[in-house]
Amino acid sequence: MKTKTSYISQSVKNLKPSGIRKFFDLAANMEGVISLGVGEPDFITSWTVREAAILSLEQGYTSYTANAGLLELREKIAAYMKEGYSVDYDPNDEIIVTVGASQALDISMRAIIDQGDEVIVVEPGFVSYVPLVQLAGGVAVTVGTKPENDFKVTAEELEAAITPRTKAVLLCSPNNPTGTVLERENLEELAEVIRKHDLVVLSDEIYSELAYDHRHVSIASLKDMRKRTLVINGFSKGFAMTGWRLGFICAPEEIASSLLKIHQYAMMCASTPAQHAAVEALDKGMDDVMEMKRSYRHRRHYFVDSLNEFGLTCHTPGGAFYAFPSIKKTGMSSEEFAEKLLMEEKVAVVPGNVFGKGGEGYIRCSYASSMEQLQEAVKRMKRFVENHS
Amino acid sequence: MQLREMELDLVRILQKDARISTENIAKMLQVTTEEIEDAIEKLEKDNVLVRYSSVVDWSKVEGHEGVTAMIDVKVAPKRGVGFDEVAHRIYRYKEVKSVYLMSGAYDLSVTVEGRTMHEVATFVSEKLSTLDSVLSTTTHFQLKKYKHDGTIFGDHGEDKRIVVSP
Ligand SMILES: Cc1ncc(COP(=O)(O)O)c(C=O)c1O
Repeated sequence: MKTKTSYISQSVKNLKPSGIRKFFDLAANMEGVISLGVGEPDFITSWTVREAAILSLEQGYTSYTANAGLLELREKIAAYMKEGYSVDYDPNDEIIVTVGASQALDISMRAIIDQGDEVIVVEPGFVSYVPLVQLAGGVAVTVGTKPENDFKVTAEELEAAITPRTKAVLLCSPNNPTGTVLERENLEELAEVIRKHDLVVLSDEIYSELAYDHRHVSIASLKDMRKRTLVINGFSKGFAMTGWRLGFICAPEEIASSLLKIHQYAMMCASTPAQHAAVEALDKGMDDVMEMKRSYRHRRHYFVDSLNEFGLTCHTPGGAFYAFPSIKKTGMSSEEFAEKLLMEEKVAVVPGNVFGKGGEGYIRCSYASSMEQLQEAVKRMKRFVENHS
Repeated sequence: MQLREMELDLVRILQKDARISTENIAKMLQVTTEEIEDAIEKLEKDNVLVRYSSVVDWSKVEGHEGVTAMIDVKVAPKRGVGFDEVAHRIYRYKEVKSVYLMSGAYDLSVTVEGRTMHEVATFVSEKLSTLDSVLSTTTHFQLKKYKHDGTIFGDHGEDKRIVVSP
């Protein structure tokens, strides 16, 4: 029998390990670190939501739900999408509840990508996008964005990246790591290009509840876009439910039924207590969402203003909970800056280059930390920048 | 009194942390420090911001534990002045931390703090229950504070997140 040179698949071998992982390993073993490196809320899920999960367990809901998720939850999601973002979805066959937005992204890619199809990924962007495209057999074509444009991709930049092999565009607004929000006019311009080239849009709207200056606009709500858009959202960020692993996709019936095929084989369904919790979150949790959002907004202003004051220039992020300041004036690379800052001042941030093209020269700082922590972080970062300029 | 959005935000921030600097509040609300100073002055004058206080967990401080009692007081209301007169008489004692007029089984809810149970008991039997219009008192001593004024005691709000994550 011929022995294999390796048991590992080529596509996995080709994946690069996440740049975030490296910083996690570095910071995890240090004491007294102020962490601005986290991509999740500093709030604990609302008690009423946690209570709903406990009740679900007490009542013995310990079995599978429908593949697409509890109908009651899908109905609530449909109402949420209509009221919040002006798009109509049929809860019966156009909404699928997933294990986080992460799984939603994964099955979306697998449902639309054929071997060699190109997917346009806007960078700096979430670390999973490129690997997920590759795992689905596609080719990620990255388009960098510039601080002059507030890290918004322009219609021209998008169009320039399109080839005959382009199948889809992945958009994320509000964005991780830049916090950039694509407003209606930006989306209209992009939509025009997307319609012209008959592309599919994967719209990652996981931070939709955390848009501070303008109401979040879903690209699916624009003219002729619903039929070609997969809206990916979830409960992790807005509802402070990262550990529950609950997300959803809204897509027209034809696409949704294909997504469901993968979902039912790969995952069966999302966790049942989490789904009951999510029903409660949509029912009674919105006041808490507003309260958290107000708190993030105050902290955003404080943190971004402070960074600008001591010379880490930073555009005002319109959403999410990340500031993405430039560290170019220090002459250090992103990794060097992040590593030195961690070692010298014990502040953990994520180097911008891990988020792809255009991220070099920047760092990602999460301001989802208490004001006390942020004030201390500002003090330490200011000292650090002064010591190194 | 109608407050502006900025004033509401200001009050919320101060209610959480009265020690935060004016400069930092100004940054949080994207206005100048002068505007914050003026707003605070106005809110103080209008008695919206009544006092800045600290929530202290005295049970942590050796020799300062103290006792708190909540006393249900039944009163015979006086013609013309109702419950107000007796309430005024009660709240002037420095041992009394709060007085509320209540609906239901009794009339006034009085919170009393003292160094020892004996001290509180003496106050109740000698001062409170001997007032003319006081018909009866029922004293409940607090055994443990779990949550006070919206703050959970003994909860260090420890961050359970890993240090770096997506
Ligand atoms: C842009 C973006 N999309 C998706 C996710 C994954 O979210 P979930 O926890 O719902 O899987 C994250 C998490 O950091 C994110 O930042």
